[in-house]
Amino acid sequence: MIRLVPNQSDSIQRAPLVDFTFNGRIISGHMGEAVFTALTRAGVLHLRDAPADGAPRGAFCCMGLCQECVVEIAGNSVESCRQPLSEGLAVLSVTRGKHG
Amino acid sequence: MAEPFDIAVLGAGPAGANAALEASRLGCRVVMIDEQSHAGGQVWRAKSAAVLSAPETPETSAGNQLRKAVSQSAIAHLGDARVWQIEQVPEGWSLQILVGGRSETIIAKALVLATGAREFVQPIPGWTLPGVIGLAGATSLMKQALMPPGHRTVVSGSGPLVFFVASEIRRLGGTVAAVVTPNSRMDWIGALPSMCRRPDLMWRGMVWMADLMLARVPIFWRHAVSDVRGEDAVSSVQISKLGPDWTPLRTVKTVTSDSVCLGNGLIPALEAAQLAGLEITHAPELGGWVPKVAKDGSTNLRGVFMCGDGVGIRGASAAEIHGKLAGLSAAEFTGKQVGLQKNRLYARYAAASSFGLAMTALSVPRPGLEKLATPQTIMCRCESLSRDQLLHEIEAGAASTNAVKSGLRAGMGPCGGKFCQTAIARLVASTKGLEEGAVPPHTARPPLRPVPVSALAGDFAYSDLPIPKPAPL
Repeated sequence: MIRLVPNQSDSIQRAPLVDFTFNGRIISGHMGEAVFTALTRAGVLHLRDAPADGAPRGAFCCMGLCQECVVEIAGNSVESCRQPLSEGLAVLSVTRGKHG
Repeated sequence: MAEPFDIAVLGAGPAGANAALEASRLGCRVVMIDEQSHAGGQVWRAKSAAVLSAPETPETSAGNQLRKAVSQSAIAHLGDARVWQIEQVPEGWSLQILVGGRSETIIAKALVLATGAREFVQPIPGWTLPGVIGLAGATSLMKQALMPPGHRTVVSGSGPLVFFVASEIRRLGGTVAAVVTPNSRMDWIGALPSMCRRPDLMWRGMVWMADLMLARVPIFWRHAVSDVRGEDAVSSVQISKLGPDWTPLRTVKTVTSDSVCLGNGLIPALEAAQLAGLEITHAPELGGWVPKVAKDGSTNLRGVFMCGDGVGIRGASAAEIHGKLAGLSAAEFTGKQVGLQKNRLYARYAAASSFGLAMTALSVPRPGLEKLATPQTIMCRCESLSRDQLLHEIEAGAASTNAVKSGLRAGMGPCGGKFCQTAIARLVASTKGLEEGAVPPHTARPPLRPVPVSALAGDFAYSDLPIPKPAPL
């Protein structure tokens, strides 16, 4: 089939894969990418529960405004869209009641 | 504290970076503060460190050129920094900045606000499910990570962005399940005369659309995603036909997908301007509420200049020129000779604006679109407040966005109202029978971005805290 917009996914070179954990589960991502892009690639979209009703939430604005993708790393709440991935990073989801 | 800067520029997108470059070229001491590590803003966002090499696009080459110019200039570029408070001081303007986990103060004689835009997403049932991201959010994701949002994506929204996002998903190896847009083919034909002023951009848009058609991706004109379904994440979406004012008429199709991009145009990011004290007016043709700013970027606040999409959505090309104008105006304010340099830019600014404003006209939601929200639809994501809850508050007397905020905390959560206030203002207006222009956004309050308490407290030892002696009994 004729494609006017070619698929260029094979011509993208990425940094080496490293392992990190999300709620204890081991996941691979490229060193230095945002934590949320590594999680998205692994199919992990449900990052936290809304404090008011416990409904599942995940990354939404992808630019550090909405705070939907906030996760817990080393005891701090950080935006997973702005947090670069490093080897062995232990990422936890912010669950209902914990921060509400 | 260090010597004050001549000019502090907030934002390093096409507007802010060009303002900083012009002022720096004229010999001003300029600091440019931005949330991202590298200049480029959202439109020319730099690739993440994890992408080692990738094919060039018009956006990456424009961004690389800008980043090179910034790195070769004398601009003090403060990346990964967030401004959270703006105050007038005797020397000019004082900014509180969160950088490296600490809060710092920067003082400058003049301020150039180039805060750009954020997007409006019309609340619909299921839009809070993981797997739903903003349309502009999708561009941000794809520009930084060069990956599609999912395996099979429904791309839905108004204006040109919907076709750009669909095309980028295909370029990066994803599958577009459907393109859904409230615009009709006639809306686009009506925009052709203005688009002819930028044949390069018009050609790109035609390639995006033709590629989707060749690939037999269904394009739903004058439709919207009316419901997103799934348990813990998106599994399918419903698509509804819209009337001429974009009122949803009936559901026509269910499409399976693992991701959805939703967006209904950009709105100027105003909080910094409001906090500095600029007056705002309602201008739907510019994307909503905008600060009062002259075409050379000057304002009626002494030492405050503003440029780019933050003063009205005119697009990146116009933002570049407007940034130069604001940079020259700010340099003039600090005592530099600018001569006739500004006069040469006005005609180019008008031409670039004409294309951008035609795209904004396609993107701005028509009144019927808000009917996509049902009584149970979450309107305020942070506090999980439904349309019904907001409606009760408004009917009980809350006649402004500030009143709704005080009553229900809508706008007080972590996002600071950035994703609910436009929809809430429309709800107040339609319930009270007011014009949208009679319901301004709520008052901007610091912090402009979330600030950890530890950043404010800094390092201290408990033993150093002065504790007064107890009063005698």
